[in-house]
Amino acid sequence: MAAPALPARRTSRGRPRRLDRAALTGVLVREVVNFGSYWRASAFSSTVEPTIYLIAFGFGFGSLVSKVNGLDYVQFVGTGTVATAVLFSSVFPAMFGTFVKYTYQKTYDAILAAPVDTEELVTAEALWIAARAGVFGCVPMLVAMAFGLDPSWGMLLVPFIAFIAGFGWASFGILISAVMKSIDNFSYVTSTVITPLFLVAGTFFPISGLPQWARILANVNPLYHCVQLVRDAVFGLVWLDLWHLGFMIVFGLVAWRLAILRMEKRLIT
Amino acid sequence: MPDPSPAIRLRGVVKRYGDVTAVDHLDLTVPDGTCVGLLGPNGAGKSTTIRMLTAQAIADEGEIQVLGHTLPQDSKAARAEMGVVPQLDNLDVTLTVEQNLLVFSYLYRIPRAERKAAIERALDIANLRDRRGSRVDELSGGMRRRLLIARALVHQPRLVLLDEPTVGLDPQVRQELWALIDRLRTEGTSILMSTHYIEEAERLADTVVVVSNGQAVAVGRPSDLVAEHAGAEALEVYGPPARLREVEEVAQVRGWPTRRTGTSVTILRAEDLDGDAPEGERRVANLEDVFVLLTGEEVA
Repeated sequence: MAAPALPARRTSRGRPRRLDRAALTGVLVREVVNFGSYWRASAFSSTVEPTIYLIAFGFGFGSLVSKVNGLDYVQFVGTGTVATAVLFSSVFPAMFGTFVKYTYQKTYDAILAAPVDTEELVTAEALWIAARAGVFGCVPMLVAMAFGLDPSWGMLLVPFIAFIAGFGWASFGILISAVMKSIDNFSYVTSTVITPLFLVAGTFFPISGLPQWARILANVNPLYHCVQLVRDAVFGLVWLDLWHLGFMIVFGLVAWRLAILRMEKRLIT
Repeated sequence: MPDPSPAIRLRGVVKRYGDVTAVDHLDLTVPDGTCVGLLGPNGAGKSTTIRMLTAQAIADEGEIQVLGHTLPQDSKAARAEMGVVPQLDNLDVTLTVEQNLLVFSYLYRIPRAERKAAIERALDIANLRDRRGSRVDELSGGMRRRLLIARALVHQPRLVLLDEPTVGLDPQVRQELWALIDRLRTEGTSILMSTHYIEEAERLADTVVVVSNGQAVAVGRPSDLVAEHAGAEALEVYGPPARLREVEEVAQVRGWPTRRTGTSVTILRAEDLDGDAPEGERRVANLEDVFVLLTGEEVA
């Protein structure tokens, strides 16, 4: 074995701060490099499923319903399923990916032994998933364009909306993975929380036709606000969209802080 | 100027998990530039101690200083200057050897201009230069271990924590890793190594700390510990179980210190025995005798 020269000692460069960029970069680089080995599967699952919903509902219901709220049904669903794509490409990777990384692969043990704190780890993971959601979220919209959705300048806002929503759902997913004792328990959350939220979000049908309790439920559903914001970005923004945006941001911030709190409890014993 | 403060200093450290006290008023010092072996049976608190040094476990009582930083509040600064080799392999298995090192060159904040050289140096340490493009899941167990160690050294840390570095590996691979660790020690890196292999501690550690039930029960150079606790020679008496019981009874009456191994009774301090000692094989006392005497447990 060739003996490398005696290493020069590295001196410390001041006391690291909270949420410092070097730590975030380190975690992000790990994710980006890993993405190279699984991006096909990830892109496939994150985009094909919403696209199937879009086509199934678009043609299925589209033959029964011609217009919803003044929009062609394909336009209505094409913009709505953007939020579905964001949800699927953020909450599930966050739940399962995080759990696998800290339970089975022990990846987080290695990262936290480096100069990275739980706060930075969770933040970087959520940012990374959000960035992916920002891209994957646009796929149903592009597919809908092939089926007659007209381009508009507002569509350029959609990746940013998808990013903000994706950050919230990623944080929510990390929170769930930190709280759950076993990966089997994830199905409780999927069935009782994610599926209802996914259905009562104004994606496939407007919530205005629902009973009042369901309308109230929809209004506290972050996904509903994402659907509305995307739709308005494409067809014309109104003042009410500030409320939708605000709701999504608050949801993201709360889920982010809670995810950090619970993850710290889980990782630091 | 050498740093006069020790690389690691623990004072009265206590760590409880519910009703279980994993670490119980542990004092531990790793002088700068030396290798300290934490020797103890499974469940003695070795891994918990190592986790506390990276603030992945927080002590309930006591003081911990690592490289002059007080834990847990300054642990991030301490972690930037040390490398950790975990007991469980947590390499990214779908990445190549080189990609694994690249990721850690970022996590350990190596400046861009030095990154390439750091990765090359780590590849040399792991002796994996010609496997740089191989995915980790294509490597042998020994290669993966070497990579795991090299990954912890990519930023040239002043201190390295090794948690059971050779557990579950075959003897050839183990010796290869010992050579690697020994070179690190020769180059002046401070090392804390937990192990339950006697030979590993005997060969590599300047100082051995024998831990049992979360406490340090003996501290010293391996040879001093043997001389102090087990004497110079041991007498191994073999025979069927009935014969072994008989020997133990005689030893108890005569006040000879003994320990049981699976197939024999070992009478320690055999150099003090008179002519009436039972028939057996004499051998030089070793650290395993000390270990069993102090912790009451057999080892691999």
